[in-house]
Amino acid sequence: MNDAIETFLFWPVLKYVIVFSIVMVIVMAMTWIERRMLGFFQARLGPNRVGPFGLFQAIADPVKLLLKEDILPRKAEKIAYFLGPMLPIIPGLMVFTLIPYGPEPLTVTRVNVGLLLILALTSTAVYGIILGGWASNNKYSLMGGLRSAAQMVSYEVPFGLSVVGVLMMAGTLDLYEIVRYQEAHSWNFFTQIVACFVFFVAMNAESNRTPFDLPEAESELVAGFHTEYSGMKFAFFMLGEYTMMIVNSCLMVTLFMGGWTLGMFNLGLTTERLAAMGAFGAVLAALIFLTKVMFFMLVFVWFRATFPRFRFDQLMDLGWKWLIPVALANIVVTGLFILAGAEQAMGFIGIAVLALIFFFLFRSKPAKSTATPQKVIHAS
Amino acid sequence: MFDVHEMEVNFGPQHPSTHGVLRVLLKIDGERIIDAKPIVGYLHRGTEKLFEHMTYPQCVPHTDRMDYVASATNNLGYVEAVEKLLGISAQIPKRAQLLRVILSELQRISSHLLWLATHAIDLGAMTPFFYTFREREEILDLFEAYCGARLTLNCMRIGGMPEDMPPGWLEDLQKLVDKFDGAMDEYESLLTTNRIWKRRTIGIGVISPEEAIDWGLTGPPLRGSGVEWDLRRAQPYECYPELEFDIPVGKNGDTYDRYLVRMEEMRQSNRILKQCIPMIQATPEGEIKAKISKVIRPPEGEVYHSIESPKGELGYYIVSDGKTTNAYRCHVRPPSFVNLQAMPAMVKGHLISDMVAVIGTIDIVLGEVDR
Repeated sequence: MNDAIETFLFWPVLKYVIVFSIVMVIVMAMTWIERRMLGFFQARLGPNRVGPFGLFQAIADPVKLLLKEDILPRKAEKIAYFLGPMLPIIPGLMVFTLIPYGPEPLTVTRVNVGLLLILALTSTAVYGIILGGWASNNKYSLMGGLRSAAQMVSYEVPFGLSVVGVLMMAGTLDLYEIVRYQEAHSWNFFTQIVACFVFFVAMNAESNRTPFDLPEAESELVAGFHTEYSGMKFAFFMLGEYTMMIVNSCLMVTLFMGGWTLGMFNLGLTTERLAAMGAFGAVLAALIFLTKVMFFMLVFVWFRATFPRFRFDQLMDLGWKWLIPVALANIVVTGLFILAGAEQAMGFIGIAVLALIFFFLFRSKPAKSTATPQKVIHAS
Repeated sequence: MFDVHEMEVNFGPQHPSTHGVLRVLLKIDGERIIDAKPIVGYLHRGTEKLFEHMTYPQCVPHTDRMDYVASATNNLGYVEAVEKLLGISAQIPKRAQLLRVILSELQRISSHLLWLATHAIDLGAMTPFFYTFREREEILDLFEAYCGARLTLNCMRIGGMPEDMPPGWLEDLQKLVDKFDGAMDEYESLLTTNRIWKRRTIGIGVISPEEAIDWGLTGPPLRGSGVEWDLRRAQPYECYPELEFDIPVGKNGDTYDRYLVRMEEMRQSNRILKQCIPMIQATPEGEIKAKISKVIRPPEGEVYHSIESPKGELGYYIVSDGKTTNAYRCHVRPPSFVNLQAMPAMVKGHLISDMVAVIGTIDIVLGEVDR
């Protein structure tokens, strides 16, 4: 076989097929895991009828959606209506080619501006939602689409800015190198804790999940941009949402949680060691990566069970008045520390912030009602 | 400088958070509400007209269907109005009175739990829904054990109660009452101090005390504005004067205060239930009905009687011609309908997201609005 074909066609395609199938399996599993988890959060059982523990629910749902009638609203913009559900998935799935899942051969393509490319790709996901919302010819869908446009454009900024700190630390846009840097020093979670939180909030907003699920907001806009969608088109929107969740979790793990490495408790599983172990090492590395990703997926579900929804102006407030200034300040502080040559000292700041957060979390107790008479008018 | 492009949106009647078939014609500029016009009548069943063609006892089940999440208080208002018309209010045995109070306070809790569940889910918090339904289920089980029905109870009769408590009922009630305060703490831990919840409710749908009185608001929307007016205290009925309870009032008249008021009301209802259990144990068993004639034919005259339903002042106005066994005219003053009037004033200038908060905080039931 020609060398070039092997390097640039055969292996990438094979790897991508494997990654793609794993992602699809995770998406299907997530539909079950999410509802099951929510069930446990909410004093109920969740799906438990189809197959063992209701596991086949993940298959039953797509089958049901496939068999549903595909409705095209009258006066809908046909092409845009069709493109709406497709567009968010494509960039989402393309990102998976760039993420390093383990030691060197375990990325589909290694690009030296990988991070930049990922930011570019994820920001195009919004088009599908705008198009879908607008093409449905429904006022609620339109509002959902507009909300989503404003939200995703606003949150791109803190999303991108929070990553800058990581870039400054690692000095590269290559995701593989960023992970190696974290392995050599410490996870960016500790040194870049502020950026990590900003990134985390922004990634929640980017993937339209509670408490930022304003574009769909079922209690306000019925179902927002996908009100008019049915059957497989609706399933594609859901697929897009879950894909974006996985993408964002993968990014979180790669940028802040040390990718496939295990940090200070590495049990001897360094990148070199894993690479030397061959296929077993590759699977192990991928499993470590997957475990971390699934943790963040569960955090998404946890959030959904806990928080009420933001209002639109409050969402904008949070993005522009809090996250962006904080992310900018983080860049300045990181720059100063790097100038002083003591960037790893920021780890202590991180640990201090974490300790403070835990202190406040466990100090607070459920408050009692405080309704007391102050201005009492005796109606007569 | 900017063109204002108004958009008209039908918010309902098929909308997940209008709590039934309320239709609101919204004029919006972007997301901001310029004008809101509630359109009611989709659930009109002519209950008041039906009352004119049925004997007095036959009307009781129909009152269930008005505020269908608080049917015990609907029954209570009606039977008390008829008793007042007959002049037998003083003859109701103590045990029946206490049983009425227990049922209506349980109903108040279950209605408020449903309000909390839907209010929270309207604002995007889905977990409180399931937590409140866990306790509501137990209240409904108690109703089922008492009268066989869970929602439309039909649990009161003119002159008393249909039957005494089944064996073991009070013990079950005691168990529920004992753990309910803990359950309340659990709900509050999810919402009361949550920053998003506060930002979604504080300053939304503000009604000043004067406005609240002018709009004729009653119940938690009135008390949330700081007016201490509870018919259980202001025009006592049954054995409420013997029971100790506080009337919680708010300060700012916003959605958050109304939330706090209702939460505290549930605790107070629980307090009333705690007092009722030893009191009802002290009354002789089986004395649950006054001695009245089988055929109810009130003397000529009219009566207006109102009680504090979970949603506010529920009044019945009954005119009897003294000759027939059915009312000449019966008018119901439903709290939801009157409270709903204030909705346009409350949402004007707010965003669409606040619309659902305001609908939730008024706590309407369309069966009662349209009757």
